[in-house]
Amino acid sequence: MDMALEVAVAAIKIFIVVNVVQLVVAYMIYVERKVIAHAQLRLGPMRVGWHGLLQPIADGLKLFLKEDIVPDKADRIVFVLAPVMVLVPALVVYAVLPFSATFYITQINIGLFFVLAISSLGVFGVVMAGWASNSKYSLLGALRSAAQMLSYEIFLGFSVIGPLMLAGSLNLQEIVHAQRDVWFVFYQPVAFIVFFVAALAETNRAPFDLPEAETELVAGFHTEYSGMKFAFFFLAEYASMMVISTIGIVLFFGGWEGPDFIPLPGFVWYCLKLGAFMFVFIWLRATLPRYRYDQLMRVGWKFMFPLVMLNIFLTGFLKYLFL
Amino acid sequence: MPEEYLPILILIALAVGFAVVNLGVTFLLGRRKSTVEKDFAYECGIVPESNARGRFSVKFFLVAILFIVFDVELIFLYPWAVNLKSMGVYAFLAVLPFMALLVASLIYEWRRGALEWD
Repeated sequence: MDMALEVAVAAIKIFIVVNVVQLVVAYMIYVERKVIAHAQLRLGPMRVGWHGLLQPIADGLKLFLKEDIVPDKADRIVFVLAPVMVLVPALVVYAVLPFSATFYITQINIGLFFVLAISSLGVFGVVMAGWASNSKYSLLGALRSAAQMLSYEIFLGFSVIGPLMLAGSLNLQEIVHAQRDVWFVFYQPVAFIVFFVAALAETNRAPFDLPEAETELVAGFHTEYSGMKFAFFFLAEYASMMVISTIGIVLFFGGWEGPDFIPLPGFVWYCLKLGAFMFVFIWLRATLPRYRYDQLMRVGWKFMFPLVMLNIFLTGFLKYLFL
Repeated sequence: MPEEYLPILILIALAVGFAVVNLGVTFLLGRRKSTVEKDFAYECGIVPESNARGRFSVKFFLVAILFIVFDVELIFLYPWAVNLKSMGVYAFLAVLPFMALLVASLIYEWRRGALEWD
């Protein structure tokens, strides 16, 4: 009986989280279109609802009704499987994220490890999509995307070691508690910069959106996709943007805890910080030109990688001198 | 199995279910009318000449190999970083040779030109 109750509570929480994530993703696409439009002195969506507020719903409905094209030469099974392989890990990661002191689906003692492990599964879906499409653009986009995600995953993994050394736990909730006095971004500024750049590259966002460089590769690995399958890639991209922002907030900005002199509930703090992160993601896309591929690999391997290793060494060293 | 992992299993099931249901609904709702031209791979309107699955640059393989090398070493650092507090200065000194190996392998790859993309 106790077990059944627990399962029921977990299922309800999961249902809420999955649905809220989708709604937030839909509206983030709207916000992104609006912000970029205003950055370029345009108005963006205005027709559907007040200032285009119902645009995401119209888009969603449209995607449901779109024709589902599978190219003739494509590998049908892998082609259908690929978007699912991208979307499922992006959603599963939400299982361990702490949204407030009491609101989370579950907390496990290898939380951060789980997030990194599961979110890296997305690269399989990308490679599958590129290969199965049997289109040159898709294959090139997938190869680039895979090499980029693999490289930057290493830097991402190395950059979180600094905060881990200070927190002494992989449990995300405990990492949040460890920052009650000082946010880790003040101890680990270098790690945060590397983390953020790697996060941009990992989620294929501008200025590292080479896999989808419109001017050369049409749409990269999802060139051949249409309708709901295309929407899955979009959903996964934005869902992982939120995941990686949440990890950034948890590791460097004190998670859902805010300064004591502003009494706001934890969840509100979390939403504010998440909103700030998402805005920076969009802002960078509106501002920065795209990197060239060799520049992307060079800045990663030859600059960020030595930097982040140095950071680990210095953190350990300074920890014994001063803390 | 510890019961805090149970919600993860439920979430995996729900996520797969969500994906399958959505794909099924669009499959039923969307109109389907295939023509020869529509089912071509997209190449900006030009009829595709050859199979797309041709040869590609060996550098992508090289990156994959580098990834395996460094990611495996990275995993060894996680338990070390978490337990650093309780194990004291000895743990820090013990990992230095390991880090030196990492740096040495990076320098080796750098000098051999494995990180060049021209």
